[in-house]
Amino acid sequence: MGLASETLVEQPRRAEILPLPEAISRTVGDGSTVALEGFTHLIPFAAGHEILRQGRTDLTLVRMTPDILYDQLIGMGSARRLVFSWGGNPGVGSLYRFRDAVEHGWPRPLELEEHSHAGMANRYAAGASGLPFAVMRGYAGSDLVPHTETIRQVTCPFTGETLTAVAALRPDVTVIHAQQADREGNVQLWGITGIQKEAALAARTAVVTVEEIVDILEPRPGGVILPSWAIDVVALAPGGAHPSYAHGYTERDNDFYVSWAAISRDRKAFRRWMEEHVLAA
Amino acid sequence: MSSQLEARRRDARRWTPAEMMTIAAARALPDGATCLVGIGLPGTAANVARRLHAPRLVLVYESGAIGSKPGSLPLSIGDGILAETADTVVGVVEMFNVWLQPGRIEIGFLGAAQLDRYANINTTVVGDYEQPTVRLPGAGGAPEIASSCGEVIVVLRHAPDKLVETVDFVTSVGFGAGPGDRERLGLRGGGPTRVITDLGLLAPDPETCELVLTHVHPGVTVEQARAATGWQLRVADTLETTPAPTAEELATVREVERTRPAAQ
Repeated sequence: MGLASETLVEQPRRAEILPLPEAISRTVGDGSTVALEGFTHLIPFAAGHEILRQGRTDLTLVRMTPDILYDQLIGMGSARRLVFSWGGNPGVGSLYRFRDAVEHGWPRPLELEEHSHAGMANRYAAGASGLPFAVMRGYAGSDLVPHTETIRQVTCPFTGETLTAVAALRPDVTVIHAQQADREGNVQLWGITGIQKEAALAARTAVVTVEEIVDILEPRPGGVILPSWAIDVVALAPGGAHPSYAHGYTERDNDFYVSWAAISRDRKAFRRWMEEHVLAA
Repeated sequence: MSSQLEARRRDARRWTPAEMMTIAAARALPDGATCLVGIGLPGTAANVARRLHAPRLVLVYESGAIGSKPGSLPLSIGDGILAETADTVVGVVEMFNVWLQPGRIEIGFLGAAQLDRYANINTTVVGDYEQPTVRLPGAGGAPEIASSCGEVIVVLRHAPDKLVETVDFVTSVGFGAGPGDRERLGLRGGGPTRVITDLGLLAPDPETCELVLTHVHPGVTVEQARAATGWQLRVADTLETTPAPTAEELATVREVERTRPAAQ
């Protein structure tokens, strides 16, 4: 090998494997736009709790289904703005901290940028595709259109049809949780894989927490592989999806989802619970 | 033993309005249909239908699970059991763009916080959008389910603050402001075909698109249904009474309900 060819061969870009606190402190700052994704399955709770412990604030939180994790972040005052499509406790009812922020501005007012699932999914796909917007059929006649800046009409250049455009989402940081990474930082997730691939690839920085670091990543049917060079940071966080779950590792803690209603309904009880179970952890 | 049996027989002749609603909803799902199942009662009803007359009902969940056959009720639409028992699991982008958007799914099965006479659905806010009295969860998959499925079935409790003259927010479009609106908006699916409540069934008048009362459940009067509706509810020319739940239907609903995680 001559010198010339050596200078052409760069070290392949590779995700760094870091402890969780460092993975978060290096990537999430005050005012960041952060997407913690996972459609019911594989919600990155451990990473979200680390963001809380590091005291990050003024965040724009992006997530299709805010779930308990964003209820916690909103209730602790970490968020300035929420970009979302469905803010409930699935099968249980309300997210009381989210409601309190919107209805009463407690602990601080929360700006909303509100979409449908299809719209959010397409926005991530556009972001991951390097496009300024995605085109879809949808929203026509919905009152979401006059309330949401990032929904517009476009005319199809081929058929003249009126369609809907949604602006691309490019979070500063996307954090997802996966079952496995290997020592090179390649990642695999399976089961309900949701929006994680698009959300990770749409972000300027992608962080993946994993249940386990394995010697060899064995591709699974229906599994999604994110190669090391496509992501930035991997952190080990076993059980890091709880009370959500990691298919093949943990079960969804449905009892906790049910009990969250009682924990979160009252401001003081919520704060006490968070201090004891999240901030002190 | 015999007294237990007797109690069970007596029990089978009584049912709650919620059970009647679930059974009416289950009956609306034909065997072999593809059905996008929303959260809550639609999920219960679809799983009751699958155990009764519709074993080949294809349950599609917006989380990406297609053809799920859960043995127990999931709490969320993304519980592991839905993926484990599915024919296939796809990503969310594929679910909405490739499966839902082109009209591949026959029935969209939705709940609603508010519903107006043209079957427009509100799941966003009660009150003003900027200063809501109650902030509801929001749209989820519903706007595109309502626009793209072959037909839409809505299930909700019958009350004057739920079946309202005007919804506070149109999250998902039924018939808009009336005839021709779906076409004008470019909505390709057929729109709502029936609304199932705990008092009866409503269906859109083919001429006016306005929801009219077509059935009352056994023991329910038209007056009760009218009093529980926020607009001047019209009654179909031929009002029918919903057939009472059979013992098998009741037993199945109760069996399925017992597997609901929240009930444990």
